[in-house]
Amino acid sequence: MSARERVVGQVANYVDERTGAAKWLKKTLTKVFPDHWSFMLGEIVLYSFVILLLSGTFLTFWYDPSMKEVEYEGSYQPLSGLKMSAAYASTLHISFDVRGGLLMRQIHHWSALIFMAAMVAHLMRIFFTGAFRKPREFNWIIGVGLLTLGILEGFLGYSLPDDLLSGTGIRIAEAIVQAVPVVGSYLSFLIFGGAFPGEMFIQRIYVVHILLLPGIFLALITVHLMLVWYQKHTQYPGPGRTEKNVVGYPLMPVYMAKAGGFFFIVFGVTAFLGAVASINPIWIYGPYNPGQIGAGSQPDWYMGWLDGLVRMAPPIEAYIFGYTLSLNIMIPGLIIPGIIFTGMALYPFIESWITGDKREHHLLDRPRNAPNRTALGAMSLTFMLVTLINGGNDLLATHFDLSINQIMWFSRIGIIVLPPLAFVITKRICLSLQRADRELVLHGKETGRLVMLPHGEFIEVHEQLSPERAYLLTQHEQLPALQANLTDESGVRNPKSLRAKVRARLSRSHAEQIAKPAASDLKELESGQH
Amino acid sequence: MRFISKYRRHRFAAPLLLLGALFLAGLTYSAAQAVTRQATLSQSDKATLIAEGKEIFARGCSSCHGINAEGAGIGPSLVGVGAASVDFQVATGRMPVADMSQQIARKTPVYDDQEVAALAAYVASLAPGPAAVTNEELAWERDGNTAEGGELFRNNCSMCHNLAGQGGALTQGKYAPTVMGVEPRHIYEAMLTGPQAMPVFSETILTPQEKLSVIKWIKHAENEPALGGAALGRVGPVTEGLLAWVLGLGLLIGVAVWLTSKAR
Amino acid sequence: MSKELTPLSDPGLSEHVHRKADVDPQAAKKAERQVGILFLLSVFGTLLFVYAYVGIDEDSFIFLPVLGSTNAHQLFLGLGLAIALFFIGMAAVHWAKVLMPDHEVIDHRKEQRSKDEERDDFVATVKERSAEAGLGRRPFIKRTMLLSLGLVGISPILLLGDLGPLPGDDQKKTNWKSGTRLLTDPGDRPIRPSDLEVGGVAQVQPELAAGKVRHLDDIAKDSVLLIRIRPEEFNLDAKRLSWTYEGIIAFSKICSHMGCAVALYEQTTKHLLCPCHQSTFDVTRAAKVIFGPSARALPQLPITVDSQGYLVAKEPFSEPVGPSFWRRNK
Repeated sequence: MSARERVVGQVANYVDERTGAAKWLKKTLTKVFPDHWSFMLGEIVLYSFVILLLSGTFLTFWYDPSMKEVEYEGSYQPLSGLKMSAAYASTLHISFDVRGGLLMRQIHHWSALIFMAAMVAHLMRIFFTGAFRKPREFNWIIGVGLLTLGILEGFLGYSLPDDLLSGTGIRIAEAIVQAVPVVGSYLSFLIFGGAFPGEMFIQRIYVVHILLLPGIFLALITVHLMLVWYQKHTQYPGPGRTEKNVVGYPLMPVYMAKAGGFFFIVFGVTAFLGAVASINPIWIYGPYNPGQIGAGSQPDWYMGWLDGLVRMAPPIEAYIFGYTLSLNIMIPGLIIPGIIFTGMALYPFIESWITGDKREHHLLDRPRNAPNRTALGAMSLTFMLVTLINGGNDLLATHFDLSINQIMWFSRIGIIVLPPLAFVITKRICLSLQRADRELVLHGKETGRLVMLPHGEFIEVHEQLSPERAYLLTQHEQLPALQANLTDESGVRNPKSLRAKVRARLSRSHAEQIAKPAASDLKELESGQH
Repeated sequence: MRFISKYRRHRFAAPLLLLGALFLAGLTYSAAQAVTRQATLSQSDKATLIAEGKEIFARGCSSCHGINAEGAGIGPSLVGVGAASVDFQVATGRMPVADMSQQIARKTPVYDDQEVAALAAYVASLAPGPAAVTNEELAWERDGNTAEGGELFRNNCSMCHNLAGQGGALTQGKYAPTVMGVEPRHIYEAMLTGPQAMPVFSETILTPQEKLSVIKWIKHAENEPALGGAALGRVGPVTEGLLAWVLGLGLLIGVAVWLTSKAR
Repeated sequence: MSKELTPLSDPGLSEHVHRKADVDPQAAKKAERQVGILFLLSVFGTLLFVYAYVGIDEDSFIFLPVLGSTNAHQLFLGLGLAIALFFIGMAAVHWAKVLMPDHEVIDHRKEQRSKDEERDDFVATVKERSAEAGLGRRPFIKRTMLLSLGLVGISPILLLGDLGPLPGDDQKKTNWKSGTRLLTDPGDRPIRPSDLEVGGVAQVQPELAAGKVRHLDDIAKDSVLLIRIRPEEFNLDAKRLSWTYEGIIAFSKICSHMGCAVALYEQTTKHLLCPCHQSTFDVTRAAKVIFGPSARALPQLPITVDSQGYLVAKEPFSEPVGPSFWRRNK
């Protein structure tokens, strides 16, 4: 026994005698994880979170969450002597008087953008492959919660430097709060400690940004990961992969090295961006002043959709008994986001109600094999894309010689027309891909080789698919549509018949498929050909 | 001045002045530098300049602005717009207009500085208006204050020209152009005359000293080296978000594909 | 789809293909060297970081294509850190890929659902234990408990009451009073009508009582934009026209939509544009909304001149400035 092995043995002994964890640890270290690049998206989110904690902690050492007015005396000359909040002055101090401070600020901000981007990409992967299905509905809901909190956390962080751009963002958020019926003004005065902007806001959102929300994040991420661990990871379909197994690599050593290494890679890429690309150069923007503004004031990208929605809202306000209802703010700022996030959280339940499928699923769907879901996803993405385009309409206008009025009208009409169009087109594409799969399995691949038959006819030689590939293209199940039970057994009209009808209609749409080839089809084909 | 008025009827005055004017013109041509300050020119020089300007105007401008600059169907009247306006519009290449779209854009000037000076003198002779300035006259480096200029810029300019002076969109396809790379004298004249959609910032609302501060801040923003890396157009979070998706997430997904592929 | 057809059979996991490094000791040696070199690159990154921290002056610049003149201290600190971290990762992953075992392992999965008897057992336990607590038998305890638990939440919510004052009519008041002078912002100089040419604008703030300092809270409500056009271009009713002075008209600069500063004035079209959400207001028609999401015109400040010829407010704003709120018209 080598010295190292002896040490390992001793440590294991020491820990196990106190925790009894040997059995659990052994199971853990041999736990299997399937390998696929899209499974790394969630890891990017996790690692970005760790990078945010590390770089954020560094920033707190100098940041002063105070709106007290100070005169700037730091080393950035073009602002010297200006009156500004202590928060802005300390952010300048971090940027110019702390070695590596600007780098850490930039890493923190880039990391936040990547955090949100990877979260959205992860969500898309989960959605389009059907990974949210039973038994993973809880984790889906936690994920939607993390996304919501992530947007809020990012917005608060964007607001902390108290520069002219971020102050404008808070101003708009305050208008949304004020638009809440009945209690809006009270809420706003409570949050800001008086009239906007007051002198309390920064220190309050600071605590929320660095303590409250990260704490909730940590708790939710822990539960999220424990559930992944406990339920075992989903896997893509393929030969040897079933609902009853997980095929992949063991945690120790392969997955540990890969996942651990990937953390460093994510950190490295973020640091690279922090080194070469400027982000949020607050020294150019100047300190916040409610009487000033910059053309092209935008939020960070994950708020851009909200800004785009608010921009395209129709100019309507309602007056009820003399009270003002700001529909032009409530609809895009509160109601539509509410519908989007509630609908997203409920989607797993909605889909299983439509399909009537209450079984566990561990094998992922190929998006084309769930045409309705894929089309719905494409529809939502199109909606978001239109809002994002409108959120950046002023920049698009100047950079592509367009007019903001044109883009606004394009968006106002597009937000209604384009998503359904995307639904229909995507569904057609999915069905065409299914048809192509069927052709491939039945007739094989075109080889491009032409052969002349003895009687002079030319044919192209088709090559049979490998059994592995043929299996992959046909492994999915095709559920039949639910039938509406409009009457019960005794022939009495079902009181819930409308609901049943709707459900049957949705189910029929959901079950629209191109019949996949069965083993017997292949046999027929073989006997027919040869 | 008194020197000039005293000797202007001297018998050598005319030939000497002519010589001097020629020498001056030659100097301007050779150095390709604008000497547009009318005050330093004598009356007869001015008259020559105005005559020259009238001729250029008749050839190049009158089809839109009318033969006496009184305005025609397409172009507005130029009576009273002053030399500042002419210097800004012509020396930045905006006039003569190449295409009549929503907005008249900056381009390579058609006329050289001498011709611009002549045009300016002609238009200024029609009715009094703001005088043109030269870069040399504007002691923005000495008299301007960058911090104050930034404050003024954010109060008066950034709403259209963007916080970093990169320009921004206006209504119906119009836009506020970038103020980067614009000559100080043109910045000054733009504030003074309010070209196209831009409003006028008179000398009492934005004092000459304040205008110099604005110029100094703009020049600072233009020349500031990259403190934190590539500026990404300095248009804020839109390009930042784009880069985070394309380069940030893109690179990471690339690595993830490599990481999960089987080694050979 | 109606008849259940036999699906294609699962051919099972494909055969394991050995990597070069598994069979060729030379290739394995080469892979080992590669991993080592990647780790060494990381070491180089750390050295670069340390050198940048202590050796590169914070004010030194370097010219690079694309980036232009760049702060060398920040750049090399960042590149050093990026290299140091990135190559540790690359080394670990490369190591895992080429040298660690690459046999796919199969782990079996069982249904999440517990066995029926376990579940029945659990349900029985819960029922039994809750019966022991006796809540069902003692409704009084149950109700009072629910009542107390429901009410106890009030205390912490009430504690948040002092987060801020009640709005009162604060949202409806500004520092503009009858006779308040209009001052340039910044600069605080009073303005005569002759200071503004036709086509001219001025950003203004109200003159405050002596000793009162202007805070951001004031600016957030008081900011006003002064515009001069030719009087005949106005398209106003008599009252609104009387609020102007020789073609000079004053509007609240705080957008009636979401409170951004509306100050993009196009002197050709006489339109005001808000850069945040592109609400467009027509100055000649008392800032009526002609495009975008805002539902209301910008509040107009009535102006006139005082005995010394300076512009002053004739009256305060006749309506609250800024975004809408519930009791705005009350």
